[in-house]
Amino acid sequence: MGLDIAFWVLAVVSVGAALAVVLMHDIFRAALFLVLCFFTVAGIYITLSADFLAGAQVLIYVGAIGVLILFAIMLTRESRRGSPSGRLRLPALLIGLLFLVTMIFVVVSTDWHVTSELPTEPTTTAIAQSIFGEDGFVLAFEIAAALLLAAVIGAIVLVREK
Amino acid sequence: MAVGLEHFLILSAVLFAIGLYGVLAKRNAVVILMSIEIMLTAVNIAMVAFSRYSHTISGQVFVIFIMVVAAAEAAVGLALIIAIYRSRKTVDVEKFDLMKW
Repeated sequence: MGLDIAFWVLAVVSVGAALAVVLMHDIFRAALFLVLCFFTVAGIYITLSADFLAGAQVLIYVGAIGVLILFAIMLTRESRRGSPSGRLRLPALLIGLLFLVTMIFVVVSTDWHVTSELPTEPTTTAIAQSIFGEDGFVLAFEIAAALLLAAVIGAIVLVREK
Repeated sequence: MAVGLEHFLILSAVLFAIGLYGVLAKRNAVVILMSIEIMLTAVNIAMVAFSRYSHTISGQVFVIFIMVVAAAEAAVGLALIIAIYRSRKTVDVEKFDLMKW
């Protein structure tokens, strides 16, 4: 029961914050609402008993990506011009609504096979075993490390003063 | 009605649709990147919900990899925006015509 209330509160706040991100005129405030949206999503992970991911969400999205976006807004100094909508506003609204209606129809009409088992908690051990254990995702893990290195070097090269 | 898999999937679809609208409708490149992050987060919610309700941990492992890719994408994307802003003095995507022929 408490989990249900938590879900509804978090869902309403995250959807409201996401709407504020795309509708706000001031992009600095939009970025702050994005951080709020990431925080509530971390809460939703907790209601799904994904404790490790909730921590990772706060560290990576709220901490790293949130700060990165705030920096980008300050460096590009466009905040006084706001965030106007382009010529594609109406088609974008239509496509978004079409996607939403289709997805809700599919989700509601599909017969999902849901287990009644209680979730594993804490998940950290299970995730570690799934990545590093036998037949795990070790190769994908190594590739992710190489991707991060390439992205860091690429970002440095792109913004370096000539 | 107790909260089940459908609720999380619909929440994920709503967030994804909001992000999709932002990506297509907005002109400021930074806001477009923010909308892409919302879409990635929405996908993560669906992944974790499937992982929770099918009792397999793989969904959560995929979410970790999606987070890695999202962080790399945000770093490179914002570096690109700053590089373009230096040469063009704007972040309006309707004025980006470098690759138009």
